[in-house]
Amino acid sequence: MTTIPHVPMRALDTLWFQVAGTLCNIECTHCFISSSPTNRSHGMLSLADVEARLREARELGVREYYFTGGEPFMNREMIPILAATLKQGPATVLTNGMLLRKSICRELRELIDASEYSLDLRVSLDGFDRESHDAIRGAGVWERAMIGLRNLAEVEINPVITVTEAADGIRSDEGRARFLDLIRSFGFTKPRLKVLPLFRIGAEEKRTRAYADWERIDIMNESDAEVLQCSSCRMVTSKGVYVCPILIETPEARMGSTLAETLRPFPLRYGACHTCWVEGVSCRT
Amino acid sequence: MQVTTIALIGGIYSNYHALLATLADIDRRGADCAFFLGDLGAFGPHPNRVPELLIERGIAGIQGNYEESLSSGATDCNCGYTDPRDNHYAQISYDYTAENTSDVYKRWMGTLPRAMRLEANGRRILLSHGSPRKINEFLWRSTSPDPFLRRMCDEYEADVIVCTHSGLHWHKRLEDGRHVINAGVIGRPANDGGTNVWYTMLTVGDDIRVEFLPIEYDHGALASEMRAERLPEEFIETIETGWWTTCLEVLPAKERAAGRF
Ligand code: SF4
Ligand code: SF4
Repeated sequence: MTTIPHVPMRALDTLWFQVAGTLCNIECTHCFISSSPTNRSHGMLSLADVEARLREARELGVREYYFTGGEPFMNREMIPILAATLKQGPATVLTNGMLLRKSICRELRELIDASEYSLDLRVSLDGFDRESHDAIRGAGVWERAMIGLRNLAEVEINPVITVTEAADGIRSDEGRARFLDLIRSFGFTKPRLKVLPLFRIGAEEKRTRAYADWERIDIMNESDAEVLQCSSCRMVTSKGVYVCPILIETPEARMGSTLAETLRPFPLRYGACHTCWVEGVSCRT
Repeated sequence: MQVTTIALIGGIYSNYHALLATLADIDRRGADCAFFLGDLGAFGPHPNRVPELLIERGIAGIQGNYEESLSSGATDCNCGYTDPRDNHYAQISYDYTAENTSDVYKRWMGTLPRAMRLEANGRRILLSHGSPRKINEFLWRSTSPDPFLRRMCDEYEADVIVCTHSGLHWHKRLEDGRHVINAGVIGRPANDGGTNVWYTMLTVGDDIRVEFLPIEYDHGALASEMRAERLPEEFIETIETGWWTTCLEVLPAKERAAGRF
């Protein structure tokens, strides 16, 4: 039997919030947590929930906060949640861009101007055009995401566009250049792009394939483990505190109910860990 | 009461023109001591000139990721970029610098400490490159909140932490009276449309005072030497205009919005 490597908790720098639970207004074929309009596996977090964690995080010296779902802007308290967070540190929101109405964008602009810390929006695209994007995300999604991006451009919020490897050719120079041109076409003069690998769990497991048994981390030095994001992050959901933003449907990845309880090593025995390891993934921007 | 003035020189990036102007300014102000914070090479031309000058003037300091890489024979600068375009330009600088730095200086770089502790008026001052915990960590103002900085001061038992690496200067006074200072860099302008560069004067008396001092230097001479050495036009543009054209993807939203590109 091989021994399973453990990732140490180096320092809690990054705190994630599953702020919309697993609820999303769409149902992407590659979503690694299978979010959908009906998936209530994890629930919404309230402003009070987030504030309680922020108090803990302040004591622990957390550096930055990330909000994801599902779709964060399905949470009706999203703006007050961001306002509370930005008093304490920088925040990033991962969104599909579809709910970025003009009024929300104006409120985001006000939050940005009022805080000494950065607020970043990350908008996911899966193709250069309607056809490729909607093939993964569903009919009509491209159109609404484009409106959202234009609304952001109007208030001069420059998002980071994230593209998964499901998008054709994104790893090539040419593919990158095409995406950068697309981003520029909205009027963003400083295009920002991040490419993310796919995790073969959740819906993605059905779209392509599951992890094979050999896709596990077998040997690793403790110092190498420091490059893994789970050596410096934790994820808060309605069910408790998990090791990372990827394994929230893995019951053993729930490490406790307070942040302090989770500041200990974690065994990297999952297929997704293999992807993090070989791709050097970080979900951070 | 005793007052100590400490000049802090952030990343120099082979900009020996700016270094000469900075050293003249430090002399004129009569600082008690001066320290460099690493990243002596990169970006600019003739990488031997900076170590030559620092050694000649007897200025002490610490390693940056550049000195760590050059002295260990590494094949890249370990700057910590994640974007392909940023890495492309970082590699050009590194290859040029590695090829043109003489072995004596590479060995000397290997003897530099990674951090230095000073004490002035009972205040514990810690000099680091990226951050005390990581040589290539970027500490930006808009992503370095007070609770995080407080934790770092606790962990490293310091009342004043000094760093550089990111290229933009800032200073935060924490509620408990401790300080974190990014000393900025004298290697290239601060992405604000000015051609000057910045260094830092720390004054420790009863209280702590931090001043960021602009340095004008002969940037035209630097630009023409960079052209003669066939360094990328993008780098030269930064020297001539004061706006960053590369290494932009590591900037957080606020800092990115403040620049032109
Ligand atoms: S990938 Fe994002 S947008 Fe798509 S279903 Fe999952 S949470 Fe929703
Ligand atoms: S999935 Fe990735 S981030 Fe999560 S525990 Fe495994 S290695 Fe760490």
